[in-house]
Amino acid sequence: MLIFTARRIAYTIPIMLGVSLVCFALVHISPGDPLVSILPPDASVELQEQLMAIYGFDRSYPEQFLRWLGRALQGDLGNSIATGRPVTAEVMNAVGNTLILAVTATIIGFTLGGLFGFVAGFFRDSWIDKLASTLAVVGVSVPHYWLGMVLVIIFSVELGWFPATGAGPGGSSQWAWDWEHMRHLVLPAVTMSVIPMGIVARTVRALVADILQQEFVTGLRAKGLLDRGVLAHVIKNAAPTALAVMGLQLGYLLGGSILIETVFSWPGTGFLLGQAIFQRDLPLLQGTILVLAMFFVILNLVVDVVQSALDPRLQRG
Amino acid sequence: MAVAQTDIETLATADKPQGYWSGVGRRFLKDKVAVAAGCVAGGLILMAIFAPWVAPQDPFDGTMIRRLSPIGTEGYPLGADELGRDMLSRLIHGARLSLFMGVTPVLIAFVIGSAIGIAAGYAGGWVNSVTMRVLDVFYAFPSVLLAIAISGALGAGILNGLLSLTVVFIPPIARVAESVTTAVRKLEYIEAARASGASAFTIVRAHVLGNVLGPIFVYATSLISVSMILAAGLSFLGLGVSPPNPEWGLMLNTLRNAIYVQPWLAALPGVMIFLTSISFNMLSDGLRSAMDIKQ
Repeated sequence: MLIFTARRIAYTIPIMLGVSLVCFALVHISPGDPLVSILPPDASVELQEQLMAIYGFDRSYPEQFLRWLGRALQGDLGNSIATGRPVTAEVMNAVGNTLILAVTATIIGFTLGGLFGFVAGFFRDSWIDKLASTLAVVGVSVPHYWLGMVLVIIFSVELGWFPATGAGPGGSSQWAWDWEHMRHLVLPAVTMSVIPMGIVARTVRALVADILQQEFVTGLRAKGLLDRGVLAHVIKNAAPTALAVMGLQLGYLLGGSILIETVFSWPGTGFLLGQAIFQRDLPLLQGTILVLAMFFVILNLVVDVVQSALDPRLQRG
Repeated sequence: MAVAQTDIETLATADKPQGYWSGVGRRFLKDKVAVAAGCVAGGLILMAIFAPWVAPQDPFDGTMIRRLSPIGTEGYPLGADELGRDMLSRLIHGARLSLFMGVTPVLIAFVIGSAIGIAAGYAGGWVNSVTMRVLDVFYAFPSVLLAIAISGALGAGILNGLLSLTVVFIPPIARVAESVTTAVRKLEYIEAARASGASAFTIVRAHVLGNVLGPIFVYATSLISVSMILAAGLSFLGLGVSPPNPEWGLMLNTLRNAIYVQPWLAALPGVMIFLTSISFNMLSDGLRSAMDIKQ
């Protein structure tokens, strides 16, 4: 187990280096001068050169990368060009809001998707199986930002049950576990939960159907165990893979929440990214993407380790 | 005499070689859902090609008097948008850019990704390891994030949108290409070809390509649905296509402000994205089971 974990961590380090290289490159593939958004149009060449030196844009790429990486490791992602505030503080503030949204969505999506997939796998080829398969296809094919709009139209515009935008009353960006904030969470979380729901349903269905065909289930049945007893064994066998899928989906939602956050003006990382793109605030763009990608890499690592702890067979190979 | 004749005919039909592709075609045609999805997808493509002849009005021509006319207005069956342009015509014309933006990245990524994956899979050894580790880095980004990161850094525009989506789809296609190629490379007939002195290029061209391109292609078609959603999503964010061009994602974005005035009109472009995405998805599922590819 320890050896497996150590090997898995060793494998993650080059990935992290590669990820930071890609994030570093983002600023340099963008056309035009990275300082163009803060420089006045009539800036003198001296001022321009001075700022280039301050931001370090005058050095060679490898040198810039190493300096940037060194500072990032100490938690310094530079300052936002638009607001002048540290990128780290801005991102960390937003990550909390995105986490609340993504975790809630994962729980909803996983519960419903798991339930559907389980029933569908248990009663294969029944009408409920067909319904679950259809829902799974719809879930992966629906443009979720549009689904968000449709939910807003139904539940905010037409029925007036839930607020359409924001994370709290009066444009509050600070989350609190009270009734008003929860009401704001409902629509974005339900919209987002559709993304993992279809995939979870599909995975769990295949898993359950596969496990039911294995010999040990026949053995249990021959022993005289009732369906209820068999169920417990099936759940125990399906859990590690299902949990792994859940972890990965949470990662996807964290990084992929930008479109949903835009629809609902949810003050998370996606919203921050949107701002960074439109103000051409490259340090903010770079920092946000780096943090989200790192989250994803670490989550993958944790999922692998936990999954192999639950199912030691995976440690081989 | 007559009996003998039928005997010969039955024998003849029984001996007629049944190709792999005719089997695939037969199985596909039996799958009603896949055929229906194929018809919808084909219809959408035809609609895009013949948009100027199908659309009742000019998609750029609007009058402010007609601004946000509701669905069912006379002469404007699906209403008019925020600039008084005919919604039906814009949805029809929108198929052109939307399909182009959604399908092109997958096609380019199919060519590049297959080349990388087949080369890595056939070469094996350290070439394979290095290539796959580099691709792993791109796997560390959720696809939405990577697409938005690249086109956000490059700025709005059709070309930048296409480029960022292509970069997103190369790694998954290359990975599938690598795994099928590695599986084929270990088969005995490849070894036989190598023993008979065929060069690597000849083996890949004559013996590998035909066996791996099918599965890779089917995998690539399953990405079209994601690509459509992402491409429209980029335009929805203001990246990708720019106004006044008709494109479903962009239309959804500009109509979002009208959600309290004409809510269902504002949702229409999304219906088109959904329809396209789900029909390509089901078509791809049908192709996969017809070709009997397990993934």
